[in-house]
Amino acid sequence: MIPATRYPIERLTLPNGLRVVLAPDRSAPVIGVAVVYDVGIRSEPVGRTGFAHLFEHLMFQGSANLEKLAHFRYVQGSGGTFNGSTHLDYTDYYETLPSAALERALFLEADRMRGPRLTEENLRNQVDVVKEEIRVNVLNKPYGGFPWLNLPPVMFATFPNAHDGYGSFDDLDAATLTDAEEFFDRYYACGNAVLAVAGDIDVTETVSLVERHFGDVPARPAPERPDFTEPDLAGEQRHSYVDKLAPLPAFCAGWRVPDPVGDFAAYLPYVVLAEVLTDGDASRLVRRLVLSDRSVTNVGTYIGFMGEPYEVRDPTAFLLQVQTPADGDMERVLSTVDEECARLVADGLEAGELARTQARMATHLLRDTDAVLGRALRMAVLEQQRPSLTGAQLLNELPALIAQVTEEQVRAAAATLRPDRRALIEVVPGLGGTQ
Amino acid sequence: MTVAVPDLRPAGVFAVPRTAERTLANGLTVLAIRRPAVPLVELRLRVPFGAATLRTSYLASSSLLSQTLFSGTSNLSTVDIAAQLQSVGGALGAGVDPDRLLVGGNSLASGLDRMLAILAEVLTDATYPEEEVATERDRLAERIQIAQSQPSHLARVALLRRRYGDHPYSVQTPTVPQVHAVTPAALRALHADRIHPVGAHLVLVGDVETEQALDAAEQALAGWDGPGKDDAVPPVPQPRLGPVTLVHRPESVQSSLRMTLSAVERRHPDHAALQLANLIFGGYFSSRWVENIREDKGYTYSPHSFIEHSQAGSSLVLSTDVATEVTGPALLETIYELGRIATSPPGEQELEQARQYALGTLQLGMSTQAGLANLASTYAGFGLRLEYLVDHAARLGAATVDDVAAVAARYLAPARALTVVLGDADRMEAALTTLTPVERTTVDEVLAA
Repeated sequence: MIPATRYPIERLTLPNGLRVVLAPDRSAPVIGVAVVYDVGIRSEPVGRTGFAHLFEHLMFQGSANLEKLAHFRYVQGSGGTFNGSTHLDYTDYYETLPSAALERALFLEADRMRGPRLTEENLRNQVDVVKEEIRVNVLNKPYGGFPWLNLPPVMFATFPNAHDGYGSFDDLDAATLTDAEEFFDRYYACGNAVLAVAGDIDVTETVSLVERHFGDVPARPAPERPDFTEPDLAGEQRHSYVDKLAPLPAFCAGWRVPDPVGDFAAYLPYVVLAEVLTDGDASRLVRRLVLSDRSVTNVGTYIGFMGEPYEVRDPTAFLLQVQTPADGDMERVLSTVDEECARLVADGLEAGELARTQARMATHLLRDTDAVLGRALRMAVLEQQRPSLTGAQLLNELPALIAQVTEEQVRAAAATLRPDRRALIEVVPGLGGTQ
Repeated sequence: MTVAVPDLRPAGVFAVPRTAERTLANGLTVLAIRRPAVPLVELRLRVPFGAATLRTSYLASSSLLSQTLFSGTSNLSTVDIAAQLQSVGGALGAGVDPDRLLVGGNSLASGLDRMLAILAEVLTDATYPEEEVATERDRLAERIQIAQSQPSHLARVALLRRRYGDHPYSVQTPTVPQVHAVTPAALRALHADRIHPVGAHLVLVGDVETEQALDAAEQALAGWDGPGKDDAVPPVPQPRLGPVTLVHRPESVQSSLRMTLSAVERRHPDHAALQLANLIFGGYFSSRWVENIREDKGYTYSPHSFIEHSQAGSSLVLSTDVATEVTGPALLETIYELGRIATSPPGEQELEQARQYALGTLQLGMSTQAGLANLASTYAGFGLRLEYLVDHAARLGAATVDDVAAVAARYLAPARALTVVLGDADRMEAALTTLTPVERTTVDEVLAA
């Protein structure tokens, strides 16, 4: 029996076009506040790789009524924490705080929705900060950017889907205030945003606070979303590179999957398949590759380059990420994966295998959203990406929908993971053994 | 036009959820907290696992034990264990540090009995089968190899050695050859020697009535027995002050700067004020250090300082990764900010902001099942209960500017800091030596056991 949540969810749209989702839950005196804008890495202009992320940094540098540093100080001085992050299809800004700070948090988000305070000094400062972010997360460590930055160019042909979302240093250096102003005008319209508040709130009061603070943000329509679709690969694509900091081999294979939004029913079995294959020691590929063959050190399958199956649009991929011992044999591992997929397609699942996988998936879903902030973020993105469906309400329905995925659907999904549809990135270790 | 930022509403009374507690006949203490927000239950089992001496064989064995505890029993294979847990939406895993073995996991609330039954079977009957041990031994060795290629790990290794000398805390990761030398027999002996209920704490948090959780734990774990071996970790030594340890990592594009200072344990009268002093210095984003070296100078992405509590002593650690060419200036600003807070009192406003943050994040930390379970388990390991937080919150509320200034002078003085810098020494040693004496070493020397 798969349990579900029954969070009450209120959805409304302000006259200026801002969509609002409220999910009251008075079980702890805290709230999560998230504002999600429908713009991400895929939307950044040619010659401005990394700009969506750089702009996210600029949204913290002061706004209509706030000096630089004020946003941080107000959130933390209210007992809260904050952050923002840039994804392929959206950019989020959020804070979680004691509920006494509800109105303050709404004010802070509304203030930057009216516009960040863009200055040359802050832009250059944040270009420096972002470069250090890239150095610490990519350039100065082994497996930096693997696979989320270096598999997309093997898999995709168009700039929006293929380019490096962290950005080149040249493009970051070339960014101007005019770029930032245009980016804000185009994408940071309130009609292009969703506000979600979860936790210790009274709905009626919160609606009036939202109206008070966001009601006078000028109405600007959402830009038309470009078509990012690409045809499936015509044949296998491979790329191999030497990572001079990496001590052991690794690789990642990707296969295109159905549209996560437009064809959710066809997509969901892939999410389940990923767990059938690699969730825990009882999963198929862990049993075969790790415990039986001992041909890999670690194997994981998941959906989406940022690992968020319910927060991504088309095109995206089913990913198989593998770490092997020094003498690992990638070709042999790949053919074993093919063999295991074929076995799954031919023989189906063992008794109880699907049910136990679905039970664990329910735990993951429920656990992700036990924190009010996790709940607010997921609801905001669902509302934004699935407006014509059930929007944020999908949060409550996901465990049941996952439980309804059938063995036939999982087998059909596995049947599509063919070598000729696959993109592959291989990390060749360039570091001598240090022991 | 500037619009006023809304005030905070009055905060409610700080309260912690009720913990039900029972010590079983075998010496295991069980703590249960009900939080029904989602139909799950979180489990943490903390078993004392300290070593009296720095024995690298023990380190390798305990690391591998944590990776093979769930590798089989007389009746169940690795796969059986995982599948049975998964069938109730569950999973369990284990980890060790120099103080304790921690088993952690969660399941659907309806699966608590099953999860406890498997835990009990593993605790009383783990067999450490040859095959599975061999698999996990190789995997652990490879994970260590990868860790040893990460600058953050190497900087940590260097800092621990610098800080702890011959103390058991000084080496917390075994070498690859040490791991390869561990046998299943050694794991069985270690398990028999150390995994006992006396002094251990089991925490259950979730959508379960507390009495029901205590009964379930008692029923499942009553048969876990045997005297615990008390192998207390000796107190940590005084820091040996001296030159900056500069670890040469050729072609690094950043320098990993780490510093450590002595701190105090949670019950010490200086603890609350020191927590506030640390926040003001570098313990959160709105701190002097972050605003200086990130938001003003752009030297770094994620500077932070934090207090670490271990059984045998507490430390304050500073961590930042900076562009190689600004290594000298970054160290200078860091010393300056330490010196500033150690020699002149913070502003009232700064203190108030840090106080609100400390109090608010306490609330946030208790607002999820997992957060409560982590807190209750960690505190239990230090002989504390969640109710401690009520007193701690009161002390945070009462700390004055003078209190914070006094502890900052005592604990944050740059003259008391030990410093490690890992990076391309050829490109920044000269800059460092203009500020402080430097002793250069290599990655291989740092890793040599």
